[in-house]
Parts: sequence; C-alpha cells; structure tokens
Amino acid sequence: MAKIWVYAEQSQGRPASTALELLTRARDLGDVDAIVLGPGARAAAPALGAHGAGRVLVSEDAAFVEYLAEPATDCLASLVPEASPDLILFAFSPDSREVAGRLAARLGTGLISNAADVTARDGGFTASVPYFGGAKVAAYRANARPAIVLVRPKSFEASECGGEAEVVEVDAAVGEGSRRAHIVETRTEAGDKVKLEDARVVVSGGRGLGGPENFHYVEELADALGGAAGASRAVVDAGWVPYAMQVGQTGKTVRPGVYIAAGISGAMQHTVGMKGSKVIVAINKDPDAPILKMADLGVVGDALKILPKLTEAVKARKGG
Amino acid sequence: MKIVVTVKQVPDPNAPQGLDADNTIARDREVVLDPGDECGIEIGLQLKEAHGGEVVLVSMGPEKARDAIRKGLSMGADRGILITDDQLAGADALLTARTLAAAIGPESADLVICATESYDGSTGMVPPMLAELLGLPQLTFAKHVQVTDGKVTVHRQTEAGYQVVEAPTPGLITVTAGIAEPRYASLKGIMAARSKEVRVVTAGDLGVDRGQPAETVEGIADAEARSAGEVVEDDGTIGVEKIIGVLQAAKVI
Repeated sequence: MAKIWVYAEQSQGRPASTALELLTRARDLGDVDAIVLGPGARAAAPALGAHGAGRVLVSEDAAFVEYLAEPATDCLASLVPEASPDLILFAFSPDSREVAGRLAARLGTGLISNAADVTARDGGFTASVPYFGGAKVAAYRANARPAIVLVRPKSFEASECGGEAEVVEVDAAVGEGSRRAHIVETRTEAGDKVKLEDARVVVSGGRGLGGPENFHYVEELADALGGAAGASRAVVDAGWVPYAMQVGQTGKTVRPGVYIAAGISGAMQHTVGMKGSKVIVAINKDPDAPILKMADLGVVGDALKILPKLTEAVKARKGG
Repeated sequence: MKIVVTVKQVPDPNAPQGLDADNTIARDREVVLDPGDECGIEIGLQLKEAHGGEVVLVSMGPEKARDAIRKGLSMGADRGILITDDQLAGADALLTARTLAAAIGPESADLVICATESYDGSTGMVPPMLAELLGLPQLTFAKHVQVTDGKVTVHRQTEAGYQVVEAPTPGLITVTAGIAEPRYASLKGIMAARSKEVRVVTAGDLGVDRGQPAETVEGIADAEARSAGEVVEDDGTIGVEKIIGVLQAAKVI
C-alpha cells in the first residue's frame, strides 16, 4: 500500500475543511497519516480519523502558531526520512503553500501545485491541474518521492468513513534558527458575514462597476439574497475591497447554487474559482465578454442600473 | 541597505490570452513587467529612499525580459541581473527558485522582495522555495512593510484581517498588489536607465544544472466546458425579470 500523508491545518482543535477534503481523497490512494501541528492539534484527531486518517501525528508545540512556515517545515522534514511517505498532500491555501514550498526546496523534490485531483496509477501518482482558466486540464505525473501535491480547496466533498485514528506524538523538531518570522499580533477586520465559500448565493463585482464607490450595489444584493459578496482580482488589487473577498485562482474557490458576476469580464484567473457554481448569471456591458460564454444567463447591460433594481425586486418578493 | 527585487516579464494581463498548437500559453503576445513586481520595486525604492542603499533587480527569462528590468531601472532601481539561458526554458518552480537563489545569494541582500504571486502562473510557489534556498525567513502577503535597525515588520494579510509579523534581517518578503501605487518612470529616469548596468548570466555561470523536473506531462485534455446559456440584451426591465426567474428556479427566493 502506498503511504500517503495529509498536512492538516487546524485552528483551536478544529480541522480545516480542506484537511477533511484531502483525507476523503487520500484514503482511496493508500494508508493515510495526517500531520497536525500546534496547540489544539490533538483535539482535531477524532475528526481526522473519521475522515480516513489511520494515524494522526501530532505536536502541540506553540512555535507552530507563533512563527510562519519554518517550524512546520522543520517538523515535516524531520519525519520524512524514516517514514518515507510516497505522497504528501497539502491544501493550496496561503499557509500550506508556504510550508509546502519550503519543504519541497529542502527535500529537493519540487512539487505540483494548483491540482484539482490526484490519482494513483502504475505505482505512482498523477495530478490533474487546470490551467487556462480551467478550460484545459493537464495530467502531470509526479517524478519525485515523496511526491508533493497541493490541491485546490473544494476539489472534493468531505465525507466520513467511520474510522478511528491512532494518535502518535511526534517531536516538534523545530530548529532554534527557525524561530524567525514571529507573529506578534493578530488583528481581525472582517465582520460576521456569511462566509464566501459556504454561501448558497454569491454576488461578485469587477472593474465594470466603475469604482469602489459603487461596490455597495453588489453587497446590497448579496445581503438581500442572504448570500455573500465576492470580487475579481482586478478590484482587489486596485484596493476596492479586501483580499478575503477575492474569487479566483489565488482567491477563494466557490461552488454556490447561484453565482452572479456583475461587471466581471471573465478572466481566467477568476473563472477557475467559480466555474463549479451550479448556475451562473453574468451582467456585463460588453457583449463579447468571455463570462457571457459560460453563463447560464447572460445579461448585456449596465450592472449599475440592474443591480439596484434587482435588489428591490428581491426584497419585494422576500417581503411579500 | 541592499535590496533585491525579483521581477518577471509576463503576457499583458489586459490582453486576451491564447493557446499555441501544443496547448501551452501563447508567448508571442504583448509582454509587460508583471504588475505585482512593479509594486515590489516601488516598495524597494521607498525603503532605499528612507534608509539609503541599493535596489537590484533580478529576472530569469528570455533576452526580451531585459525590457522588464529596464522598466524597473527607469523607475529608479540601480542595476539589474538577467539570467537567460535556453536550458532554463520551461523551468518549474524549484528550478526557477534554484536559479534565482544562485544569482541572489552572492548579493548578500538585507531584504529580498517578491510579488506574492505572478500574474501568469499565479501559484506563488517560488518565493517560499527561494527563502528556503537562501536560508531566509519569509514574511508573506505583506500589505505594509517597515524596516528598523536589523528588523523587518510586515502586516500580513489574512482571511479575517492581518497579522503583524516581524523577523530579523536579512529576510524575504512577498508583497500584495495593494501595498503601494507604483510610480511612473520620469523622462529623466528613462534616460538614466540607459546607462545602468544589466549583467547577463547563464545557468552555467551560476553553476545551476537543470536537474529532474517535479513533473512529466502525461496529457492535456479539454475540461468539461460550460456552454453558454441564454443571453439577453437589457432594455431596462428584461434583465431584472430574467434574473429573478433564475433565482426562483434555483429556489433562492
């Protein structure tokens, strides 16, 4: 049996949803160990076991939450030689990709990032990697052992298999020289809104809205629908809205029941993050905008005129 | 203070993309200095203005990537290093990081600045690899950066807000596009850039061998395509009506 590792992110004992997604896939590929680090790690073990981890390797050392990337890299790198996993799966998330990058460089293995699936074949692993905005999929054969693959969030639906994990304490193995990028403070800015990746309806805005002063039209419609507001990279980069709202390759991946794209042209960067939506509605002034070619309903028109009317109409129907 | 900024030439993000016959992203398009790297250069220049020192641009790419370096030099950077070698064509993230590390290491920079991710690849894997190979701490997703004697502090953008992260220098930071508005090159800057040094080196000069790539392409397929549905032209009412219809059918309202 192939030996699969899943690097499981956790926060205060709650495993990240990406960890459960990865385990659900990993259990079909071989024997699975989850590696979970930081204070609270042990509390995450039962959920990880229920999703397919046979063993959960834990270290609750505080260095894992006090310093960026390096302590986790040290711990993983210290375990690899003896355990010699065939495949290490990471989420393609900001924290995991930093650890994966350092680990792949330290081991000299390289990695495959941005994968949508991983399969076992002929004693090795093949990753499917969408590119060109998700219009094409490349099959990459991993050459290195361990193979390191980063998988996009929401690529698999997490499901339990009723397993129970053996919890194994491991040495943190954090080098003294690795306590460098010190997190001295964490500040919260976002309010208690519906989480973008969990919303049933997502309304996203792009450059076509003209300026940040018009973005409230997107938020008002999202609120009226009980959904969440998102944005394209272009307007996040322009500073209209925070990065947490970005939908796309380097932002969130969303799969809501309805996705409404207002003033978004449909750049590859964006579409790869929303093409899994059940129904896509696009509003765009430009009849040649690529987004209209993938929308179930495309409306050629001015989002600034349509959005407020739509919000009123939704409110009228919900109220009455 | 010596600052190295990595820069990359990418297909113009504002121009439509295309594929070549072999299914690779077409490279014959208009190319520009990566907009994310312009922000990195801007921060480098601001730090130099505050603390003195030198800003060095390092790029790996075809000979044409000299234009990207030249643009950064006209913004005010001091000199450039262009790593160009047919051997490096199609390099994966690790080979790119190894090559950049070989060129940047001897500079003994106090700070290495990268964009969080490139506009074309958008996977952001090179910076953490580069930090590892250079033996530096990485301070990532910076939307604010400050350097005070021997210490670099960033505001690291997160889901819910930001973290204040500090590390001793030397260090590597990745900056987000929102960190600073890149300056325009002045005419004087453009003139001055012509006489600034751009050193050209090969993989051999740096002692970098290609090594084994992380992956082998087994095949390319079309993804399950979403086909276009109905497209209507809004006349003031039909747009709203149609969208309401979709929302009702999806039982959202």
